[in-house]
Amino acid sequence: MIGSMIRKSLTVRALAELGEVGELFWKTLRNLLKRPREHQTLLQQLEEIGVRSMPVVSLTAAFGGLVFGFQMYISFHRYIGAGSEAYGGPIITLGLAKELIPILVGLMISGRVGSSMAAEIGTMKITEQIDALHSLGANPVRYLVVPRALAAFFMMPCLVLYGDIIGIAAGFFYNVVVMGVNRIVYVQNTTQYLELWDVMTGLIKAAVFGVVIAIVGCWQGMKTEGGAEGVGRATTRTVVISSITILILNFFMSKFLPASLTGQ
Amino acid sequence: MIRIVNLHKAFGDNQVLRGVHLTVEKGETMVVIGQSGSGKSVLIKHLIGLLRPDQGQIFVDDTEVNELDEDELQAFTRKFGLLFQGAALFDSMTVAENVAFGVERYTKHTPEEIHRIVQESLARVGLHGVEHMMPYELSGGMKKRVGLARAIAYQPEIMLYDEPSTGLDPIRADAINDLINMLKRDMGVTSVVITHDMASSYKIADRIAMLYEGIILEVGTPDEIRNSRNPIVQQFIHGESHGPIKTW
Repeated sequence: MIGSMIRKSLTVRALAELGEVGELFWKTLRNLLKRPREHQTLLQQLEEIGVRSMPVVSLTAAFGGLVFGFQMYISFHRYIGAGSEAYGGPIITLGLAKELIPILVGLMISGRVGSSMAAEIGTMKITEQIDALHSLGANPVRYLVVPRALAAFFMMPCLVLYGDIIGIAAGFFYNVVVMGVNRIVYVQNTTQYLELWDVMTGLIKAAVFGVVIAIVGCWQGMKTEGGAEGVGRATTRTVVISSITILILNFFMSKFLPASLTGQ
Repeated sequence: MIRIVNLHKAFGDNQVLRGVHLTVEKGETMVVIGQSGSGKSVLIKHLIGLLRPDQGQIFVDDTEVNELDEDELQAFTRKFGLLFQGAALFDSMTVAENVAFGVERYTKHTPEEIHRIVQESLARVGLHGVEHMMPYELSGGMKKRVGLARAIAYQPEIMLYDEPSTGLDPIRADAINDLINMLKRDMGVTSVVITHDMASSYKIADRIAMLYEGIILEVGTPDEIRNSRNPIVQQFIHGESHGPIKTW
């Protein structure tokens, strides 16, 4: 009886929260083309999400590429045999571009940018700055959410592409430079099996993850209550919700996006 | 003119407003007094559309606030200037950017004109040379004055003040009272002031309304309120802990 009531109340709460996020997403879409456009805020966010995330993306992609390259080398060496390691090139590149880099970058940006959006907007909420925006003729969704969602939508693919380059280079470095795998065979195999669509899949995922991070961060910020403790809660919830959403969406996008556009 | 008719608002199980009726005439300064947590700020937020009532209507001139859609409401807020209790300055902007914010959105002035308006608004509240400072560099009183400059910069018809003297020493609080009176005299604005500071109320009010347990208990001129026979009003205006109002 009590268990069923708890389950019911959790379901109701989850549905209510889904409704809130859906409403914010819809309002963001509706305000996308309305004037005045907040160019200055958009530029600030492009810099914040894109340029300032480059160091963390560099490190994440480099070590992601290194460890993936290392595991691939070990696997080929152990299970297929010495000399077969160069065939790991396409798998490393494909795995990084389609899955690992979008996921890693998504999780890192969720931690770095999503939490900061929730903290900033949450602080604005509890200090009545969002009410002040409204009273001064600025639509809070148009002023706060639209520029962040747009910036994340455009910058996430850029960051993932940048991460792809670093990650793939790191995988190449470990296999070819450190372990002495045949460079020509490694590169030939990689270019033979890698399609532009493989990279594009990762970029599409990244754009979706960007919108998820921005909308969740802004939603949590705008519903912040209860002072500093509330802001802390909003940032934590942002990271947890957006990270889980990214992992779930990644599976479904991997499943339903075409594996190849050339039918291979 | 502002007309509030049978306004109800609840947050969960907490019924804050239980049928507020109040009329504020054009050019009048109406002070709404009441205990902390009595719903004064909730009342003021309904006037500008920050909160939507559960029941009841609010008319500003001939416009019913609840019937405005999002875009109409945004244009409608042009009528209002709102001074927040904590000033609510945008902490990522300089003082000048804060003051210019509403002017840029509500008017079509050139950047030079906006610069001049910012200077004039700050001078009107007695501030000079603070344009490039950030909000965290200002004292509490200065923040309130910048908040006031921001609210008056686009010359609203109606000013809403949420606890204008709270957190200020008596001298600065009185300076804010003088500013409120000056704005009324110079700009002819209609004002609604939320406060529990009786000294301020007597100084600035044309009429005083007491909000108690979600309704307007009594409305009158400062003299009428001073001489009220209602024991609740008397207890509140004299700040006594014993009487019909429960302290805790």
